[in-house]
Amino acid sequence: MTAPASSTKVRGETILSVDNVVKHFPISQGVLFKKQVGAVKAVDGVSFELRRGETLGVVGESGCGKSTLARLLMRLETPTSGRAILEGRDLFKASGAELRRLRRNMQMVMQDPYTSLNPRMTVGDIIGEPFEIHPDAAPRGSRRKRVQELLDVVGLNPEHINRYPHQFSGGQRQRIGIARALALRPEIIVCDEPVSALDVSIQAQVINLLEQLQDEFGLSYIFIAHDLSVVRHISDRVAVMYLGKIVEIGTEDEIYERATHPYTQALLSAVPVPDPEVRHERNIIRLTGDVPSPADPPSGCRFRTRCWKAQEVCATEEPLTVARAADPHPSACHFAEVRPAAA
Amino acid sequence: MSDFETVASSENQAARRGPSGEPGAPNQVGVQKPRSLAGDAWRDLRRNPIFWISLVLVTVVTLMAIVPGLFTANDPQDCVLSRQNAGPSGGAIFGYDFQGCDTYARAVYGSRASLLVGALSALFTGVIALVVGMLAGYFGGWVDAVLSRVIDIVLGIPLLLAAIVLLKRVSTAGPNARITAVIFVLAVLGWTTAARVVRSSVITAKEQDYVAAARMLGAGNGRIMWRHILPNSLAPAIVVLTIALGTFIAAEATLSFLGIGLKAPTISWGQDIDTGRIHMRESSTPLIVPSAFLALTVLAFIMLGDAIRDAFDPKLR
Amino acid sequence: MTNSTVQPTPASATPEGGHLLEVRDLYVEFRTSEGVAKVINGVSYHLDAGETLAVLGESGSGKSVTAQAIMGILDSPPAHVRSGQILYQGHDLLTQPEEQRRQVRGKEIAMIFQDALSALNPVFPVGWQISETLRTREGMSRADARRRAIELMDLVKIPAAERRIGDYPHQFSGGMRQRVMIAMALALNPKVLIADEPTTALDVTVQAQIMDLLADLRRDLGMAMILITHDLGVVAGVADRIAVMYAGRIVEHADVRSLYRAPAHPYTKGLLESIPRLDVRGQELATIRGLPPNLMRIPSGCPFHPRCPYVQQVCVDVVPHDLVLGDGRTSACHFAQEVRDDSAR
Repeated sequence: MTAPASSTKVRGETILSVDNVVKHFPISQGVLFKKQVGAVKAVDGVSFELRRGETLGVVGESGCGKSTLARLLMRLETPTSGRAILEGRDLFKASGAELRRLRRNMQMVMQDPYTSLNPRMTVGDIIGEPFEIHPDAAPRGSRRKRVQELLDVVGLNPEHINRYPHQFSGGQRQRIGIARALALRPEIIVCDEPVSALDVSIQAQVINLLEQLQDEFGLSYIFIAHDLSVVRHISDRVAVMYLGKIVEIGTEDEIYERATHPYTQALLSAVPVPDPEVRHERNIIRLTGDVPSPADPPSGCRFRTRCWKAQEVCATEEPLTVARAADPHPSACHFAEVRPAAA
Repeated sequence: MSDFETVASSENQAARRGPSGEPGAPNQVGVQKPRSLAGDAWRDLRRNPIFWISLVLVTVVTLMAIVPGLFTANDPQDCVLSRQNAGPSGGAIFGYDFQGCDTYARAVYGSRASLLVGALSALFTGVIALVVGMLAGYFGGWVDAVLSRVIDIVLGIPLLLAAIVLLKRVSTAGPNARITAVIFVLAVLGWTTAARVVRSSVITAKEQDYVAAARMLGAGNGRIMWRHILPNSLAPAIVVLTIALGTFIAAEATLSFLGIGLKAPTISWGQDIDTGRIHMRESSTPLIVPSAFLALTVLAFIMLGDAIRDAFDPKLR
Repeated sequence: MTNSTVQPTPASATPEGGHLLEVRDLYVEFRTSEGVAKVINGVSYHLDAGETLAVLGESGSGKSVTAQAIMGILDSPPAHVRSGQILYQGHDLLTQPEEQRRQVRGKEIAMIFQDALSALNPVFPVGWQISETLRTREGMSRADARRRAIELMDLVKIPAAERRIGDYPHQFSGGMRQRVMIAMALALNPKVLIADEPTTALDVTVQAQIMDLLADLRRDLGMAMILITHDLGVVAGVADRIAVMYAGRIVEHADVRSLYRAPAHPYTKGLLESIPRLDVRGQELATIRGLPPNLMRIPSGCPFHPRCPYVQQVCVDVVPHDLVLGDGRTSACHFAQEVRDDSAR
C-alpha cells in the first residue's frame, strides 16, 4: 500500500477546524400535533482544531456528548449550528457530490465490532464496498488485490477474504473495521471507543496497530474513549467533555499532569490503578451525585452541582474554555488551579 | 454463556503486526475468486436434504399444474352419477366423489388453479409488502405515518366483504379472468401482515452500525436499502410469505364456497375440499385427497422457505 | 525439569472443613451441535467468611460460568457439570435437590450482574422488586417489606429512598440501578455475595462509588465476596486474594500485592504489561500474541503454550500442576519460579 497523497503536506498544520458546533435533539410531546417542549443539549458549543498527524483524545463519561460529536463530524447527524472546516469547505454545509468527496478524507472506526459489520457480506465485500461507492478510488480489476493488501496491512490473513464476519473474533473484526476505514486513504480517522468492547490482551494489539498505521500513513486521529489510561497512551492532545462542552483541552502532559479543571482532576483520580502500592498514596476525589440531565443543564458552570469549589459566581456566570493563570492551557473553570497532590 | 460464545468461532491466527507476533501470514496468496452471499447460499442448499425433498415436492406439484395429463389418464370432468362415491377402479386410484368424478384426477387437475392462486398471490403480496415495508421502515417520518395508516386501513377491511364487492364485477367473466381477479383480490387485501413484518425488521436493520458505516463511506439510499437492509430483513418476510401461500390457497376455497371465487369448469382444491366437506358423512376420501394435496404443497413451500432463509444466514452455516 | 524449591500439589490440598465456600475440581462443558466446549477444566478455589476473592479473566476464561455453577443458574442444556464439588458450609450444592438449593440461593449466596438495566424488570417499581423477595421468601407483610426495602435502599446509599421507592428502573441512572441490584441481593442477608463485573457498564467516577459501597457493605455486614472482573485495577483495592483464570483453569492464585509485584504466570505477566498505565506514557504496549483458544480445541499440555514467550517442549506435552510458591501463592506454569523472578526484576 503506497503512502497517501498527503505525504507532502506539512505535519502539524491544522487539518480540521471545528467551530462552535451545537446539536440539540428536540423533545416533543403530543401524538398528532407534535410540539417541541425542550431539547437535549447533547453537544453545546464545541470548538477544537485537529492537526495533521496528531491524535486528539476526547474523554468524558457517558452522556457527555462525545459520541454525538463523532456522529456529527461523520454527518450521521445534522448539527443544529456550527462549522467544521475540512479542506477549506464547511463539512456541515456540504451535500451531494461534495459531501461524498469530503467523506473520503474522513472515516470512522466504530465501537462495536459485532454490529458494525454486515453479517451477510463477506470480508472482501465489506472492505471492497468503499471502492464500489467511489469507483475512481481503485480500478475495477485491482480492487480485490487492494482488499487483500488492506487485510495484510491490518494484520489479517489475506486468504480470509471470503469469510464472513462471524467467523472472526472481536479483535479481528475490529481490524476489519479499520481496514474498511483505511480503504479510501483518508487523512482523518475518528475512532469512537475502538477498543472498549475488546478484551484487555486484545486491546493492546489494536492500539498498537492504530499507532503503527498512524506512523505509516500520516493519519490524524480523533480518539474518543472513556478509558483515560488508553487515551493518555495514544493521544498527543486531550479534550475533556462534560455535559456537551469541552471543559479542558491541552497536551497530554497538561491534562494528565497539570489539570486545572476540577472535573478533570476528579476523573483522573477515580481511574482505578492496579498497583496496590500506588493506590494507597492516591488521593481520590469522590464526586457525589449523578451527572445532571442534558435536557436541563445547570446554569452557569455545568459542573457546579458536583463541584467542591462551587461558589456564587459559578451559578451565574458560565466559565469560558480559555487559558487560565494557573496553567496556559484552556480550562473552563473560574477557580482553575493545578491540584497539588495530583499524581 | 456469553463467555463461551465469543471465543467459539475464533481462529488461532496470531496478530501479525503485534510486536510479539510471529512473522505473519504469507502474503503470496493469489487473488481469489470472489464469493457472493447467493453463491454461498447455493453451496449450502445443495447439501441440505430438506431443500431437496421440498424442491422435489414443489417440482412435482408444479409439473402437475402445467401438464396434468402426465399424472392421470382420466378426465376430471367426466362425471357419471352412477359412480357416486364408488371405490377405486381403473385409473381412479382414490375412487369417485359425490358427483361421480374421479377424485384423484380432480386433485391433479385442481393443482393448476390452486397453485396459480397461491403462488402468484404470495408473490404479489411479497412485492407489495417489501416495497411498502421498506419505504415506511427506511424513511420513517411522514412516509411511515402515511404508509402505516394505509396498512391499518387495508387491514381493517373485512376480506370477505371486500372480496364480494370486488369479485361481483367479474361474476360473468371467463375462467381465466376469474383466476386473475381472485389473485388480484387476495394480493391487494393480503399484503398487510407481511408489510408490517418487513417494516419492523427494516427499522431494526437500519439502526445497525453497519448501515451507519456504509453511510459514512458515502453510500446512497438505494445501495443501503439493497445491499445492507434488504438481506438482513428478508428472513421474517420469507416465513410470513410461505405461510401466507397456504392461507391463500385456503382462502380461494372460502371464496369459491361463497360462490364468488373460482367456479366450474375451473377445478381447484378449494372447491373440492368444500364439496367434500359437505358430503363427508357419505364418503371421506373426496375430502381427504385434495386436502392432502393442499397440505403437502403448503408444507413443501414452507420447508423450501425455511431452507432458503437459513442458507442466506451465514451464521447458521 | 521443575525447580527444586517448588512442590507440585494436587488441586484439592486445602484443609477439610474450614471454608465457607469451596469449589473443588470443577469441570463444566457446553454440549452444542458443533461439539463439546470445555468451559471449566478443573477449577478449585475457596472463600472464608468475611473475605474477598477476585476472579480475574478475559471473555471465555470461564470466570462467570464458575459463578453460575455456584449459584445453580447454569443454562443446561447446553451446560453440563461433568464432575467436581461445590461445598457450601461443608454440603455439596451440586448433589442437593433443587428445593434445597433454592433455599441457599439468595438467602446464603446472592449474585449481582453487570447489566443492571436488563436484570431489573422494567414494568415494576424498584421498591416492589426489592420487597418481592422479602414477601415471598420471608413471608413478610406488605408494610414490613416496604419498610425493609427502604432500609435496604438507605443501606446502599440511594438518596431519598422513601421518595424513590415507587420509581421505575428507567428513572434511575446506571450507578443507582446497580445500587438497586445490590439492595435486592442483600435483602435476605446472604453470607456470600458474588458480583459479576459489577462496574463494567459504569463510568469511572461511578465505578469508584460502587466499589467503595461494596467494600463498606462487606465490612459492615461481614459478608464474604467473590468479585468477577476483567479489570485488575477495579478490584485491586478491595480484594484480599486474586485467582487468574485462562481457558477454564485457574492459572495463578495469589494475594493482590505479590501478584502485582511479581506475577508468576506468563499470562498474568502479559496481561499486566498490556494494560496502558495512567501514570506512564509508554512507547508501545506489550501484547500477548495470538488469541484465546477455541474451547472446543484447547491446546495440549499447558493451554497457554501457543501464546507464551516461555514456551518449551514440556509445555506442549505436560499439563502443568499448581506449583506452590510460598505465601499461599500458586501458579500453573512449569517455569513459575523463573517467571516470578523475571517479573520481580
